[in-house]
This record gives sequence, structure tokens and C-alpha cells, in this order.
Amino acid sequence: MKVELAVNGGRQIVDVEPRKTLLDCLREDLGLTGTHAGCEHGICGACTVLLDDEPTRACMIFAVQADGYEITTIEGIAPAPGELSVIQDAFCEAHGMQCGYCTPGMVLTAKALLRHKPQPSRQDIVEAISGNVCRCTGYGQIVEAIALAAERLAGANTPEGGK
Amino acid sequence: MKPVPFDYVRPGSIEETCALLAADDEIRVIAGGQSLVPMLAMRVARPTRLVDILRLPGLSGVQDSGNAVVIGATTRQAVAEHDPIIAAKAPLLTKVLPWIGHAATRGRGTIGGSIAHADPSAEIPLVAATLGADIVVRTVGGKTAINADAFFLGPMTTALPQGGLLAEIHLPVWPQPRVGVGFHEVNARHSDFALVGAAVQIAVDDDGMCSACALGIGGLGQYPVRLKQAETALVGTGLEDTAVDDAIGAAMERLDIWGDLHASADYRRRVGGALARRALRDARRSALEGSQ
Repeated sequence: MKVELAVNGGRQIVDVEPRKTLLDCLREDLGLTGTHAGCEHGICGACTVLLDDEPTRACMIFAVQADGYEITTIEGIAPAPGELSVIQDAFCEAHGMQCGYCTPGMVLTAKALLRHKPQPSRQDIVEAISGNVCRCTGYGQIVEAIALAAERLAGANTPEGGK
Repeated sequence: MKPVPFDYVRPGSIEETCALLAADDEIRVIAGGQSLVPMLAMRVARPTRLVDILRLPGLSGVQDSGNAVVIGATTRQAVAEHDPIIAAKAPLLTKVLPWIGHAATRGRGTIGGSIAHADPSAEIPLVAATLGADIVVRTVGGKTAINADAFFLGPMTTALPQGGLLAEIHLPVWPQPRVGVGFHEVNARHSDFALVGAAVQIAVDDDGMCSACALGIGGLGQYPVRLKQAETALVGTGLEDTAVDDAIGAAMERLDIWGDLHASADYRRRVGGALARRALRDARRSALEGSQ
């Protein structure tokens, strides 16, 4: 079944079985392996992508359902190749990761949070990432990273630091 | 974690959808997919065809019909959470919505989907049962309403007829000027499935006496139950602690409650009673303060 997907600003037509999740389609058909496959049944949040800027679990939607949305994956948030977005940079600086498996989902969840709430409280951050499981128990530094990103984006005086 | 192969169709109208549903036993409706897709992934559900209703015209949105808040089946939970009509006229639903899953699941999950899925511990079915919502079902050339009392038959089992499409949920609007709501639940982890949840809506008169009471508990057994005996006992009281303790205690005694490895029947009985008391206290306070 053919479906047209708008991913990271481009448009591509893929031919997939209806049972193929958006997650598998992104990874296998579009080569976007930054979206990580975790539990594959909507528990862990590792596969979180943005659909029209809202966090969505890519394992909980089939690729054939995903036409008409602007899909953003972790590959699509840096301003230019070889650079990092402000949020990604804050995750590096605050060391908001250990093994990195949950990181793409955490970063995209944070991006959506900061769009809605540019100055989130600690509770807002904790609530936002409550659907993203980190098994290295790195939540403390992940929360710090998101708070740091919020501060920097506020200081940058441009929407999301130009991106 | 890969579903069995299935066909996927996206019909253009409610009539066309009902015709598809009536013609095929193995077909399943998908909307937000936040309950169905995990079941497909685990192969608990093995439909031969999915009919996607998420973008069907006329199936989404919130309206005030005067005596009811009418919610289209495909209204997203995240949209309902911030809807001003629901907040003003059916505040119990507003109260429970933040407890459902996470932002990422509420963004796709729908109000109708949760009711059709009928998880015994789910919050939206609990609200529907507590308030006695009418659930409007469309069939080919027809439309019927089933009260929540008769809609939930067991875990993931409803009175939705073959060929029926859950189209709207009508939450009754209470006419009293002072209405208060309360909700409490216990779960193992934040935003997990509730072990037990209690929902309350009350009205108080000018003297602060309870003039109407709806009290429901989820997670105790087959489906959410309304404690009608306790409701009757509480109307006319000032919801004093002793009145509440007596009414809840007597009602909880009578319930047939199940246990599993997460929580024993005794635990659920005790916790259900405690949550109901807390929810009643919150509802009373909000009714007296005139805020939810």
C-alpha cells in the first residue's frame, strides 16, 4: 500500500504493508534509524517522534495512517548537518544520557514541551518525560538538560534558537 | 511485536463505515489506536481488516446540547482535556483526563476509543458509568442510544452491536448551581493503569446539604460500577465524615471484587473505599467553593 509521508521537511512515497508501524517504516524504508525501537507496544517512549509538533509514539501508529502530518524525527531538529539543536546541545552539556537509547525520544518530548511551555517548572519537565523510560536511571540529569535548554532558548531570543 | 497481516481501509462516511462493519466479523475499528495497536502488536487482536475512522467527518468535536455535553467519538483526549464546554458542564471528565496515559498517548487516543475498548480500570468508562452517559451508536440507516448502565458487559466487552459504530457520548449536564467533582486513583507507577479509581459528582443546596450524588468505582471487577445504594444514603446529608464512612462502608461490603497479582480483592475493597471517601470530600469542597 502506497502512502506519502512528510518527514523532516521532505516528502516521500513509501510502499508498505498496512501492518508496518511508522517506527519500522522510518527505520527500514527511510533509513532514519535515530528513532529507536524499544518495547514496540507503547510503553517505553523510545520511538517518540513529532506529528504536527506533538509527541507521538511511532510504534502506536501504522505508516499508512501517517499521511497528512508533518513528521519530525531526531534527524530533523538540528539547524544544519554536523550541528546540534539547542536541546541536543544541552543534553550533551548536562550529560542527560548514559547509554543514549532513550535520548531521541527524550529530546523530541522536550522539544514539544518547550514549545508549549518555554519556562517549564521542574514538575512540568518530570510530567512531560514521564512517558519516556530511561533504564540507566539518568532522569536527574535529563531534567537538568531540559531546564538548561529552556534557559538557553529563552536567552537566544529567537523561537527555539532559530530552529 | 509485529501484528498479523491485515487490510486497511479508510471510508469516507459514517454510512460507508457501518456497511463495512456489518459485512465482516473480523473487522476492527481503529481511531487513535492507543489501546488497539498494542493488542495488535502482541497479537491479542487478530483482525483481517482495520477500518480507520479517525478522519471521518462529523465524528469529532464537543457540543453543548443543553441537557448534555455531546462528545464526538474521535475527539482526542488531549483536546477534551482543554475543552471549555467540558470543563464548565462535565467537569468530572476534565478532572480524570490528565490521569490517562501520557501526553503522547492522549494526543492520539480518543474519547470514544477508550469507551469502546472498555478496560475495567480505565477512567473515561468510569466517568461514563458514574454519570450515566448515553452512548450513541450508528448502524446502517439507524441510530440508537445505549446507557452506560447497560453498555459495559465485562473486560473489553460492550453491548456495541455487530455493525455498530460508537459515534457520540452524551454526558448529562446537571442543572444544579452548585456542583462539585472529585477523583482519586491508585496505580503502581505514574500514568499506569489504575488498580482502583473512584469518581464522584455531587450537588449541594443552599444549606450545604447534598441534593444529588453520583459515585462510581473502577478497577474492582468486570467493569466500572456505580454505588447507587451509597448515593441514595448520602443524598440529604451534609456529607459529614460519619455519613460518608457509613455509606461507603456498607456499599463496599456488598461488592463482588476480584484480585490479581497486582492487588488482592481485600486491598481493592479497602483502597476503593478510601478513594471514594477522598473523592467525596474533594467534591463537597469544590461544590461549596463553587469551583472544580
